[in-house]
Amino acid sequence: MNLPFQPVVLWTDGLLFLLVAVVLGFVRWSRHEEHLRAPWRKVARSRGGMIAVTVLVLYAGVALLDSLHYRRALPTDKPGAEVTYAPEVLSVLDTFARPLRDGSERTFSAPFAATAFVKETITRADGTQVRDFPRLRYGGRLLENPDVERVPDIARRALGGLAAGVLLWVTLAGLVTGYVAHRSGETFAEVSAAAWRGEHALPLRAILLTLGGACAVIVPLLVLSAHYHVLGTDKVGQDVFYLTLKSIRTGLVIGTITTLVMLPFALALGIMAGYFGGWVDDVIQYLYTTLSSIPGVLLIAASVLMMQVYMDTHADTFDSITRRADFRLMFLCVILGVTSWTGLCRLLRGETLKLRELDYVQAARAFGVSPWRIMLRHVLPNVLHLVIITTVLGFSALVLAEAVLSYVGVGVDPAMNSFGTMINAARLEMAREPIVWWSLFSAFVFMFVLVLCANLFADAVRDALDPRMREQVSPAAALRRARALAASTRSVA
Amino acid sequence: MGGYLLRRLLYAIPILLGVNILTFSLFFVVNTPDDMARMQLGVKRVTPEAIEQWKREREYDRPLLLNTQAEGAARLTDTIFFKHSLSLFSFDFGRSESDGRDIAHEIRKRMVPSLSVAVPVFVVGLAFYVSFALMLVFFRGTSIDTSGVVLCVAAMSISGMFYIIGGQYLVGKLWHWTPISGFGQGPDAWRFLLLPILVALVSSLGEDSRLFRSFFLEEIHKDYVRTARAKGLGESRILFHHVLRNALIPILTGAVVVIPRLFLGSLILESFFGIPGLGSYTIDAINSQDFAVVRTMVFLGSLLYIVGLILTDLSYTLVDPRVRLQ
Repeated sequence: MNLPFQPVVLWTDGLLFLLVAVVLGFVRWSRHEEHLRAPWRKVARSRGGMIAVTVLVLYAGVALLDSLHYRRALPTDKPGAEVTYAPEVLSVLDTFARPLRDGSERTFSAPFAATAFVKETITRADGTQVRDFPRLRYGGRLLENPDVERVPDIARRALGGLAAGVLLWVTLAGLVTGYVAHRSGETFAEVSAAAWRGEHALPLRAILLTLGGACAVIVPLLVLSAHYHVLGTDKVGQDVFYLTLKSIRTGLVIGTITTLVMLPFALALGIMAGYFGGWVDDVIQYLYTTLSSIPGVLLIAASVLMMQVYMDTHADTFDSITRRADFRLMFLCVILGVTSWTGLCRLLRGETLKLRELDYVQAARAFGVSPWRIMLRHVLPNVLHLVIITTVLGFSALVLAEAVLSYVGVGVDPAMNSFGTMINAARLEMAREPIVWWSLFSAFVFMFVLVLCANLFADAVRDALDPRMREQVSPAAALRRARALAASTRSVA
Repeated sequence: MGGYLLRRLLYAIPILLGVNILTFSLFFVVNTPDDMARMQLGVKRVTPEAIEQWKREREYDRPLLLNTQAEGAARLTDTIFFKHSLSLFSFDFGRSESDGRDIAHEIRKRMVPSLSVAVPVFVVGLAFYVSFALMLVFFRGTSIDTSGVVLCVAAMSISGMFYIIGGQYLVGKLWHWTPISGFGQGPDAWRFLLLPILVALVSSLGEDSRLFRSFFLEEIHKDYVRTARAKGLGESRILFHHVLRNALIPILTGAVVVIPRLFLGSLILESFFGIPGLGSYTIDAINSQDFAVVRTMVFLGSLLYIVGLILTDLSYTLVDPRVRLQ
């Protein structure tokens, strides 16, 4: 079969989709368990949490689009010949952003500019030479006279984009309201009236307003980016908006896959140490004390340096830059996972120590249930809330850690787009006169929104899932425990 | 208490040994010294002689664990593990691999700049965050408290690097209050330290104040506070006299664990501001792939962490008379 493209599954793609499957499976399963449904219902009713979820879904959408990789078929003259595929690995996001990819400039240009940022010597048609700002290849290329036409053109396109955004928002709002009405058995009119007054059980008005804000910003940006570099271009002329969108995936991969790597260690060792006690406990305690005593950055740095040596000596294993960068990203997740399981492990050990003395565990033991079965059926479900709180809290710390690690030089591959590499490349440009601020600005805004939403979501999850928070006895103890487990990842930052 | 301390110190030995074995296997077993030599020499086709010479100069030309060619005790001592890993226990750090300087000397020299940033940040930060949190708790339930918490959550969502870059741009470049970066000796040294200290203070404002606020809130719901109120004590006296003292216990004991590690400085801060401390030393070592320095810093970091844990336990006995160390 001769496909026009060949799907490529990179390591992190596979793991990311595995994670999505795990989360969906967990959601399906917990629907039937009332004690799990109740806290999630509480999350769904918290306004801050649901606003955060709405934004996070948008981020996740970009990241997943950027995780469907393929290679294009090269055009052939002979019909029936074997199809060969281009060596370059592209993602679906790249295909959508094709004009931005191809429309690169020679060097810096400001947001919405039609001319370059630095003067060059231009040869006129009559042979004379002048020093002036040359026109851009992509930004404002349809304009005859940018000095006059640029601002009206931008305003016109922005208004058009805004109209399209409102249209999209109305459609989305209708879909969301319809879905909620379908699920709750109310009529569409009832739900929309309650949402309008802000009286629905779900914070529907907040969700819809967030969606509206997102539509009003994103759609005009997308429309404008067809003719302008809306966030400028960087040193080698790449569109900053495109680079920022690509960085989202890296941040999300580090934040989530690390958890996937860390969980098996923390779960198995923590529960075993707490349940068995004795020498098993001693060995596991020794293991995590040793690991957590090493400064996080240094352990990561040492491992990444060793991986670099390995990759240099086995350079032929990685056939393309994309694969090489992807391997490095996955390795970074593994290393971060190996260094960050200790906090959760300690916490699970403590919780299991308490649980094993409880009556139902004692009863199971008296009935002769095997220890493995007790741990799986009776202990694990009762420590799950700790696991969820930790992973959600750890996410934002990991996204922030990536930037730091990339600055230190032990983060992602330099060829990979990430917030860390963007900040690193842009910070030196602050010394320019006039200053090049847009790369840092975009990295800042996109990263801030991502981390802020992750923090808000984590707060909502913690409020709902932590039994101590539910009793309203001591929010601080919960926060302190959560801090203890986030400590190992945060020490990186 | 003496017995407890001795036991804790003895328990530190297997942990440090574990750290040593871990770094040893990372550096020498996963990749051989030959690989490292090839990477350090940096060219694709290195002659075997150059590799041999590189290894000889740095005493890497020995077997890993057991030297079968040597006699007596040298069978164990004349090995890479003994010379490069176990020797750390006697604080014999050897020489840097990239520039050949004595590591112990460098550490002594660079400790002062690191401490001159880290200690003010630690002391002022603790006082500042506690006061800020106390203020929020004093105004709890009002819009001051709410906006303070919002500010904290927003502040902790910003990467530390933006604080540094923003601080350097605003204070250093735009307002010309302080030099953008650098480090000075003598009476003018404080001018260079001002900005890094300020940036460090602002960058952890959100997270720490929020944590301390939660400590205070936890304390304020306890019985003794209710009793104090029932006796007719004023709200501010309860807060500043009773609650503050009790909430300081977890705050202080939590802070003690980081005190020893202040020596190692801050990686990012020192490197951005060009402070010649141990943090920037570590970053340089990572960038020039200087394994000897990285190994030393890993060892020192673990050692100081364990010291910090012991100090934490001791500080509990000091501030809370109910705690006894067995």
